[in-house]
Amino acid sequence: MDFLTALINGLSSGGTYAIIALGYTMVYGIAKMLNFAHGDIIMIGGCVMYSVLSAKGNPLLAILAAVVFCVVLGVTIEKLAYKPLRGAASLAVLITAISMSYLLQSVAQIYLKSGTPALSALRLEGSVNIGSFRIDYSTILTLAVTIVVMVALSLFVKYSKTGRAMVAVSEDRDAALLMGINTNFIITITFAIGSALAAIAGYLMLCKAPILTNTLGSMPGIKAFAAAVIGGIGSIPGAMLGGILLGVVESISYSIPVLAPFTEAVEFSILIIILLVRPSGILGKMRREKV
Amino acid sequence: MSERLLEVTDLEVYYGVINALKGISFHVDKGEIVSLIGANGAGKTTTLHTITGLIRPKNGSIIYKGVDIRRTPAHKIVSMGMVHVPEGRRIFQNLTVYENLMMGAYSQKDKNKISENMEYVFKQFPRLEERRRQLAGTLSGGEQQMLAMGRALLADPELIVLDEPSMGLSPLLVSEIFDIVKTFREAGKTVLLVEQNAKKAMSISDRVYVLETGSITTEGKAAELIHDERIKKAYLGE
Repeated sequence: MDFLTALINGLSSGGTYAIIALGYTMVYGIAKMLNFAHGDIIMIGGCVMYSVLSAKGNPLLAILAAVVFCVVLGVTIEKLAYKPLRGAASLAVLITAISMSYLLQSVAQIYLKSGTPALSALRLEGSVNIGSFRIDYSTILTLAVTIVVMVALSLFVKYSKTGRAMVAVSEDRDAALLMGINTNFIITITFAIGSALAAIAGYLMLCKAPILTNTLGSMPGIKAFAAAVIGGIGSIPGAMLGGILLGVVESISYSIPVLAPFTEAVEFSILIIILLVRPSGILGKMRREKV
Repeated sequence: MSERLLEVTDLEVYYGVINALKGISFHVDKGEIVSLIGANGAGKTTTLHTITGLIRPKNGSIIYKGVDIRRTPAHKIVSMGMVHVPEGRRIFQNLTVYENLMMGAYSQKDKNKISENMEYVFKQFPRLEERRRQLAGTLSGGEQQMLAMGRALLADPELIVLDEPSMGLSPLLVSEIFDIVKTFREAGKTVLLVEQNAKKAMSISDRVYVLETGSITTEGKAAELIHDERIKKAYLGE
């Protein structure tokens, strides 16, 4: 039973990683940059939820406000900080993204002062008990949201005109431009979707552990980035697979007493192994060329 | 007097400090096939990239259908009726043949027009219809070139800009591709062609411009230039 519980909890936290990893991988695939401020969007979403809850007290409104705010923030960051660097060296873009991450954390620290408020209104308590077997509601909710997000995003990418254009831009931006695709608009949409997903992931984290700090998004952000690389950065199914895999490994490792203290080491070892064995990630594409 | 579709005047392009185009002027009239020929690095591809908005010129004007498009974003130029088939085909390898074609129709709103053009493309390139569900990356080089041209046709272009359509193809396929380019003109389209294979290009063109290290050195009717001793020596290998 312990193993099963660990597995289900792992699928659930893996779902959260997957949702965050989707933001990393889509932005990488389409804008060809690593947005290291992505994890901090989660935390800013948390701050918005906190401020709405303090004023109005309605959790649903708080979540909605966080999603909207994060979308606007993500798109604004792209326009102000990343767009002027299009075509610049990738190192310049990377440093800018890291700076953006620190900027967001610092702004949040000013806002939160030194407090670490508990957003208990977001907490989802209770569990389903089947004999000695117990699953928290928050776990079930996370799994359900993960499935909905994955299915919706897959359908969007596969069947909508904008989704197809995203695939085209990720494959060859200039060729997409020559098809009449407004690539800047597609990049904006990508940041919007990624940021909305970050806000949702933020809620899923806070409904389990409702403590808000200005580094709330750092570790999950890094793990989700690792998950995106494990799955094959740029690949949407890859981010889903990588996130779930990382969550399950984390949870199972945590349930084994000998390994428990080294859980994070175990997780990042997977990243190292994947990079050694298959550098493009599990579902990452090796480039094919044809004459 | 024929109708002027594209008029390029004193076009200058720099890559950093390198002067890639040194003030070139040329024009394309409606219904013509016009070729730009020249050696590697002469600036042929740069010229096409500048016309279709991928590169911005430093000086000069690009008038297309009476409108100056030198600051128009590339994606808007497509809906104005000028479509660029890039060098190396640049098809979307992970999309199917059909999805690639539909990408070409991205800026087309008119559904009837899209299915009409799709029918035309499948008539021109039966191979593409046979392979419509196949991933484009699995096509042969010749089929990929056909797909790139078919994809451009779905944008319902008036002016088709072709960059090295014969690159890397067998002689038999090269002839096939050039025959198709000729049918574009019969379908009322105008073609601006860049080619290394000067002989082939001249054989289907109305007029030719010769580009040498960023400047146009010779221009004239294809039928006349093909007998020009200097052109023969430098580009036709005779």
